[in-house]
Parts: sequence; C-alpha cells; structure tokens
Amino acid sequence: MKYEITREQLQLDELIAAVQTDACGAVVAFLGVVRELGDGDQPVDGLSYEAYPELALTEMRAVGAEASSKFGEARVAIAHRIGDLRLGEASVAVAVAAPHRGVAFDACEYAIDELKRRVPIWKKEHFLSGEARWRPNATPSA
Amino acid sequence: MRIQILAFAGVREIVGAERTLEVSDGDTAGRAWDELARKFPRLVEIEGSIRLARNGAFVDRDAALRDGDILAIMPPFGGG
Repeated sequence: MKYEITREQLQLDELIAAVQTDACGAVVAFLGVVRELGDGDQPVDGLSYEAYPELALTEMRAVGAEASSKFGEARVAIAHRIGDLRLGEASVAVAVAAPHRGVAFDACEYAIDELKRRVPIWKKEHFLSGEARWRPNATPSA
Repeated sequence: MRIQILAFAGVREIVGAERTLEVSDGDTAGRAWDELARKFPRLVEIEGSIRLARNGAFVDRDAALRDGDILAIMPPFGGG
C-alpha cells in the first residue's frame, strides 16, 4: 500500500492503482481540496501546508492499517501534499479498495477522520485581506 | 546535556525551525518544554494544546530525555 507526503500534485489514479486488485468490487476515493472560504468564512486565495514528515508517515501508516482491518478487509492508500496550494488543488487523497462498497466507504471515512485528528500536518490560511493564520482542525466534542 | 528542538507551524514562527536546548541530566520532555517557554513567553498561552514527540515518536511530558535527543514541539494539527 502507498503512503506519501509530497510537494507534487496528488495523483489519485496512482493511489487507486496501488490499492485495487481483482478481489475488489469497490473503490472509494476521497480528495480534500482547497476551498475559497477559510476560518470565519473569510475568503482565502490559498493554503500552505507543512508536516513533520517522519512522524506523519508513521502515523498515516498506522491510520491506514487500522482502516484496513476495522470494518472488514480493505486496502488503503493515503497521500498528503505540503507546500503552497491554490484554490481547487487537492491537499489530501485517500483511496480504499474492498470486496464490497460498505467496507470501502467506512474505511475511507475513518482514514480521513483519523488523519485530521492524529497526523502531524499543519495548514496556514492565506486570506485575500493579506493576513495569514494557522488553522487547527476542529476537535470533536466529547 | 543538549537536545535538538524541532518546532512546527505557529511554534516554529516563535522559536525557529531548529535549535538546540541545554537541559539538565534527568530532565523530561515536559521540563524541556518549560525551559523553552521560559525563553519564549509567547509559548505559555498555547501550552495546553501542545503535543510532544521524542526521536520521531509521540511522548508525554514525563518522558525522559538523553543527550542528543530530538524533541518535536507540535501545535494542534491541521492536516486534511
């Protein structure tokens, strides 16, 4: 399976190719993309991401391994981009293949939720106003 | 003894990306954080949200440090 932190554009087809086998009847893919509104619905013109690459990869592999077995057998690949991204560009990609779609949907959702919670990656929002601020992910209330 | 500090995102903007820190023998990751926060008082307000990693693995504040360890200081994550 494939886990990657990269400065290059994400290639979803490569992730799908890494997980798909003839045993799989379902492939679920998720792309997180840069949208035009940031914190407080202020317009942004881009995001920049940074990571602690060694630990981020370790944690991405752990998330992927959990997602691969938690709901039934699934194959998981995750890639996250770092550096400067413009509107519409993909920051994160998750591809999951499984014999049936239910497991693939569940594993994909689990993988992106856990990535946002546990993987040491940070994003800075660059607002049209010229300001820029680090934006942490929302923490689910207990 | 001397450890290496790796700082990220907002913490990096306060302390710099890489620096070394003198700590006492037997000090913990939490003591090293306290020392850093003493040098950079702006860190105090984010103390409750900081995660620590020693040599590439998450640790708690009570993790023991050795000379040459790499201590990562991480604010809340924002990936995805």
